[in-house]
Amino acid sequence: MRKVAVIGVGNAKFGVRQDVNLAELTFEAVKPAFEDASITGKDVEFVALGSVGAWYEESLPVVVVSEYCGLSGAGLVRCEAACASGSSALATAYLDIASGHDDIAMAIGVEKMREVDTSTILELIGRAGYYLWEFHNFGMTFPAYYALHATAHMAKYGTTEEDLARVSVKNHKYANMNPIAHFHREITVKDALESPVIAWPLKLYDCCPVTDGAAAVVLASEKKVKELKVDTPVWIESVASSSGTANLTNRENYVGLTAAVRASKRAFKDAGVNPSDVEVATVHDCFTIAEIMAYEDIGFCKKGEGAKLIREGQTEIGGKIPVNVDGGLKAKGHPIGATGCSMIYELTKQLREEANPRQRQVPLKKYIALAHNVGGTGHYCYVTILRR
Amino acid sequence: MEKIPPPTLRSRPITLTYDIPTSKIQKFWDGIKEGKIFVTKCRNCGKLNFPPVADCPACLSSDMEWVKLSGDGEIETFTHIPVKPPTFQSYDDYTIAIARLKEGVRVLAWLTGVKLTDTKVGMKVKLVAKTTPEGTPTYEFVPIK
Repeated sequence: MRKVAVIGVGNAKFGVRQDVNLAELTFEAVKPAFEDASITGKDVEFVALGSVGAWYEESLPVVVVSEYCGLSGAGLVRCEAACASGSSALATAYLDIASGHDDIAMAIGVEKMREVDTSTILELIGRAGYYLWEFHNFGMTFPAYYALHATAHMAKYGTTEEDLARVSVKNHKYANMNPIAHFHREITVKDALESPVIAWPLKLYDCCPVTDGAAAVVLASEKKVKELKVDTPVWIESVASSSGTANLTNRENYVGLTAAVRASKRAFKDAGVNPSDVEVATVHDCFTIAEIMAYEDIGFCKKGEGAKLIREGQTEIGGKIPVNVDGGLKAKGHPIGATGCSMIYELTKQLREEANPRQRQVPLKKYIALAHNVGGTGHYCYVTILRR
Repeated sequence: MEKIPPPTLRSRPITLTYDIPTSKIQKFWDGIKEGKIFVTKCRNCGKLNFPPVADCPACLSSDMEWVKLSGDGEIETFTHIPVKPPTFQSYDDYTIAIARLKEGVRVLAWLTGVKLTDTKVGMKVKLVAKTTPEGTPTYEFVPIK
């Protein structure tokens, strides 16, 4: 396998973006990524697009956005791994270069979710498990899948609703500083606890918003990095993935995601590093319980000690391992196909010490970062390790 | 000041419904009408499967037999849903639970007849077959008195 570097990144403003359509929103991520990499669309040999769709009008999004962004002619593929679609696009583009097949490839993620109403979203994502056995007769909602994990985690480890609220407070704090975030509003533990119940024990502020957004990543071979004289390439040390069963009833337990444990182990092994080497991480906090389980599944703490990490402030800047200092899915927003690429955008900026604003910059010594992106409720998991 | 939404163009509508084949596991749905809950057991490797399957994911054998479940189980986790999908709007808020049955399989279903504040992980429940007032076959957990 050849070495692969991130040489350019771009991220559209996340939020309710009914001022732009799918292609226009993607353009807002792709053009800055081209500029960052000092390339044009003609240099890109292969494009992998992470996008789930159904909430926007296009059936062939990768073709539509590639035409609009001047990428027609490149090899195209659309990748689906639910909320980890962006990471599956990254993995696909990574393998295209690592294999020696191409020298410049792009991973793009886009989701345009606000063209339909929230209840239609509930209807569509409620089916993101096994339709016949979970939705048809029982009306599972997406928050409900994670609520089942929250209940189990609280019962087994004594994690509290306040602990869940603390995740939300932290992520809102950093989103408030991040210009591209959906929400620019700090909240308190009290606000979170008093917000309406969505799927007990999860409340409104335990849930990520429904967001429009796009992010783009330009990848290159080592040969191309030298040829283009890239001054700060960020190397992909490993991209690992794993999966869990469609039916929650066929899982090992409800206090963690086995797919995340397996993907993390593989990613650390392939990169030759340990969880304690990671200096900044983005983890999949679609719901607050998901961030606590991620700490444990990745190995930032022991199983059952995730709540302790958030209580002690260890996942804030200045703590043992800063997590989601871009605001996370919770408050930066979760345009589901874009999230995986947006995580790489954030970590690339962090590793280049270009976090915006400077107050969000994590101090670095080893320059190692990790992205953890879950699709569905642990149906898919991708873990990517980056190093400058 | 109220923000004016940007201009949009409404697409042509699309409605999708699917006819899901059930012939290979029809015995499960027929059983419910008789008040029984069946699971499949692989005759080759002995694995019990819920949801029922025609083909064994463990050994890939398609030689299955139907086994009736006792229904006795214990709640492993649960949630309560006040914010429902549009196709569930006509129902009261519901509790969804996952229980492990005596036979070893887990089932996800509604839990009825118990208040949310009285629902606990570890609670003993019974899985029962049911036909809804609309005539849909289903199954649910009820507390053991």
